[in-house]
Amino acid sequence: MAASTRVPAVEGWFTTGDDGTAPALLGSRCEGCGTFAFPAEASYCRNPDCTSTSFETVELSRRGHIWSYTDARYQPPPPYRAADPYVPFCLAAVELAAEKLVVMGQVVGGVTVDDLAVGDEVELVIDTLYSEDGCDYLVWKWRPLGATAPGQEA
Amino acid sequence: MPDDKKVAVLGAGMHEWGKWGRPFVEYGLAAARDALADAGLGWRDMQFVSGADTIRNGYPGFVSGATFAQALGWTGARVASVYAACASGAVAVANARAQILAGLCDVALVVGADTTPKGFFAPVGGDRRDDPDWLRFHLMGATNPAYFALYARRRMDRFGATEEDFAQVKVKNARHGLANPYARYRKEVTVDEVLASPMVADPLRLLEICATSDGGAALVLSSMEFARRHAGGATPLVTIDAVSTVTPTFPNTVIEMPNFSTDSAAASTGAPEAGTAAGFRPSIATAAYAEAGIGPEDVSLAEVYDLSSALELDWYEDIGLCGEGEAEKLLRDGVTSLGGRVPVNPSGGLSCFGEAIPAQAIAQVCECVWQLRGAATGHQVDGATVAVTANQGLFGHGSSVLLSR
Repeated sequence: MAASTRVPAVEGWFTTGDDGTAPALLGSRCEGCGTFAFPAEASYCRNPDCTSTSFETVELSRRGHIWSYTDARYQPPPPYRAADPYVPFCLAAVELAAEKLVVMGQVVGGVTVDDLAVGDEVELVIDTLYSEDGCDYLVWKWRPLGATAPGQEA
Repeated sequence: MPDDKKVAVLGAGMHEWGKWGRPFVEYGLAAARDALADAGLGWRDMQFVSGADTIRNGYPGFVSGATFAQALGWTGARVASVYAACASGAVAVANARAQILAGLCDVALVVGADTTPKGFFAPVGGDRRDDPDWLRFHLMGATNPAYFALYARRRMDRFGATEEDFAQVKVKNARHGLANPYARYRKEVTVDEVLASPMVADPLRLLEICATSDGGAALVLSSMEFARRHAGGATPLVTIDAVSTVTPTFPNTVIEMPNFSTDSAAASTGAPEAGTAAGFRPSIATAAYAEAGIGPEDVSLAEVYDLSSALELDWYEDIGLCGEGEAEKLLRDGVTSLGGRVPVNPSGGLSCFGEAIPAQAIAQVCECVWQLRGAATGHQVDGATVAVTANQGLFGHGSSVLLSR
């Protein structure tokens, strides 16, 4: 059986790690004031005191600490593409120290809220969001670093 | 405060909240006619119609001011329509107030109404990859309750809030709404029943997350001068003394619907630490207090946006009823229950209503009007003189309305 083609579910928001490098979220860093943004800003800076229009694309920190977390016990409505049967998942809002921002994302499968705590360290991985027509659509997820979290490998 | 900063609320009207799936215009029309009757004025007296839009009901929903004006019968009245997510109703109030205070009109009608689909709010349809509201569902499956749950978990972690505290908010609001004829849910619940309801987004359970509802609410507002000339209105006269429609201040370090991330505080000096409570929500009512020249200690009651039971506790602190981390104590001591020092959501809140987005912030004001008139039969706050509403709509819309008699 031919391997599925790996396709980012959204273009330009992260690197997949398929080239052998570690995957990362792609944000922007304002060349005027240093403000980071995710997803990346291309045309304006959110800082009200900055009128810069120059931004560099940067890989955001791959590790952060959980600011808060929850789960989705009920199947979210479209445009979420849920597996059938539906498998609940956790969500985490993760604080990145260097960029001083909080980024949300799903937590890898196999983790429940009982495995998570505010302040826990997590690492970014790339995982399949859904599969369709021979393609695996990829998204970023957070994987707990703690031994209690049996998250799958990317 | 001087009269030239106040507007009079001559009439308030609502259509009961529920789930019938009828055209939203029906609910808005019923509310408008009730508000006009309450004011003792006719539709032809209205010089300006301020509509709060609904985005799930096609083109008529996007031009709600005109839609309601046409349904009432064209009179040539000027109209405006505004969308500000959950804060739409308050911004519609703000627009009518601005027309009145600028002397451009004497009397105005404010209307909001909605018809909602079943289940979770989903984004507007289509393949819209440039819309963060669409993308958060597609890429993360992050529903509205997921965001409410993130805040609830923070309270538990930072302040030791318990699942029982959250359940007690629901129990309180269910009791408050029992006698409210406009509430959709009028049934007492126990802590055990709340804690036995299914978990939706940990730690929030089904009975702690507000439903989506049909409903309509309307207000007749006028200049103070018009109110003095006009006989036949309800007494005592209730006034709107301040309307806050503030947006966040950069860097907004609390994650908010429908965003994927907060602002970055990396370039800011003196910015609050990422994720701390100092920020947008506390600024909303603060701006209203400042405009009216009063403080939270003057407030007799509050109507706050309890999208979840836990979020009501955040609001206690954000509108200044207590310090950070003290909301659970306020609740446990009965301060925010009917009979307490400053009842919160005497209407029963979203807990008893469910959310009819463009109508909800107007409904908060209607409740305050009836409370300040002493007309909230069965859920009256004794001797109420000052009331505050608080609300936050996605994409950075804050709203707070201060009323007094």
